[in-house]
Amino acid sequence: MRIVCPICGERDRREFYYKGAAVALGRPEVGAGPEVWDEYLHLRENPAGPVRELWYHEAGCSAWLVVTRDTVSHEVLAASLASDFKEAGA
Amino acid sequence: MRFSALRVLKEGLTGNKGWAPHWRDPEPQPQYDIIIIGGGGHGLSTAYYLAAEHGLKNIAVLEKGYIGGGNVGRNTTIVRANYFLQGNSEFYSHSMKLWEGLESELNYNVMHSQRGLINLFHSDGQRDAFARRGNAMINQGDDAVLLDREGVRKFVPYLDFDNVRFPIYGGLYHPRGGTARHDAVAWGYARGADQRGVHLIQNCEVTGIDVEGGVVRGVQTTRGAIRAGKVAMVAAGRSGQVAALAGMRLPVESHVLQAFVTEGLKPVIDHVLSFGMGHFYISQSDKGGLVFGGDIDMYASYAARGNLPIVEHVMEAGMTLMPMIGKAKVLRSWGGVMDMTPDGSPYIDKTDIDGLYVNCGWNYGGFKAVPASGHCFAHLIATDRPHGAATKFRLDRMRTGIGILDEEGTGAQHNLH
Repeated sequence: MRIVCPICGERDRREFYYKGAAVALGRPEVGAGPEVWDEYLHLRENPAGPVRELWYHEAGCSAWLVVTRDTVSHEVLAASLASDFKEAGA
Repeated sequence: MRFSALRVLKEGLTGNKGWAPHWRDPEPQPQYDIIIIGGGGHGLSTAYYLAAEHGLKNIAVLEKGYIGGGNVGRNTTIVRANYFLQGNSEFYSHSMKLWEGLESELNYNVMHSQRGLINLFHSDGQRDAFARRGNAMINQGDDAVLLDREGVRKFVPYLDFDNVRFPIYGGLYHPRGGTARHDAVAWGYARGADQRGVHLIQNCEVTGIDVEGGVVRGVQTTRGAIRAGKVAMVAAGRSGQVAALAGMRLPVESHVLQAFVTEGLKPVIDHVLSFGMGHFYISQSDKGGLVFGGDIDMYASYAARGNLPIVEHVMEAGMTLMPMIGKAKVLRSWGGVMDMTPDGSPYIDKTDIDGLYVNCGWNYGGFKAVPASGHCFAHLIATDRPHGAATKFRLDRMRTGIGILDEEGTGAQHNLH
């Protein structure tokens, strides 16, 4: 599996650290309550198919990426900088 | 049909013509008292104990593939009771006791082999941690022996004791640990459940769960609608999709775990061994193949195959620990879909929907749990109260934070356990 980093280009999966589903883009407010925090921390859509995930280019440019990847085929469909998502309010 | 040495002898002398299929192939009925979604090890053992211990008859197991075709037929077959935390400790201890009586219980040779398990350690800190774990195991009533370096050498002289980077300080020896023939476990439970009237329905995928007013009414399947008073979800790596049919989201993320087997060799590895510096564990099957594995690939996956970096890591760890296996040829590797949870421990619980039960989250350690998982889940389904050995496997423990069972202390991220 290879991921095309928007800064570094196509790189081996080993350069990246996997964080999980990209829920962290929508981090709840501190006082949002246990149900919301439970959902954020633990509950997962866990889809068999395309999923949006957070990967960290640990052995490269140190950027956090939002990677769209198919969990059935391992195909990497897209990768963009997480900072762009954040600024766009996604 | 009862199996016995006499029967084997008789069949052997008469051309093996008297054997019959181990279970029937029934058509799905329009209604059952209990439906179990998932005919893997856990679903089959649940059905077996519902019938055998609770006297329930009108039960169906719905399996989308075939019996023994999932993770229960593709795993590294290790059976052990060496957990530390209260909650896990009593559960796996319970499971070990069921394993020890399983062959006579099922009248089926599951080839349970208590060949002993040795977890190696490579530093003072690891030794302390294993000494503590061993004490917890002994307190639970199970067995553990702390071996020093020379003690390990007596059992397994073929390890690389000269390795200066990862010196072997000793090992925690668990004599009752070992392996079992994974397929036979599925077949034995399937046969036992079938003999007691359970319908094992294969090639039957559940496509919907019917819920009315917060009460479960039945399921939709590729072979028609089936009504049921109680529905139990035991779908392992596919638990997320099955729960979604009932509008639920689970604290589970599915990951891929790879394992490997070599060509058949003469007996060389008598125990189950694990390396403490880089995840690697190995045993030798009765056919002679070296069966080994390591970490999950660390990303969410339903592909049932993994990537090369983990293959490389596992081979490196194996060669570091026991260079003698270097010339063995790997016959095949495979990837299984693992239902990983935020604390690395499973769930056996009711859901918020009346009559809907869930058993999942076995991470990559579900095989050894098969007997107790089914035993405790059957108790929950039959009595609506948790079995004493599985009271901590609550579905709400992540939300409440009460009774988190993080055996490795690695934190609330699904892939870190």
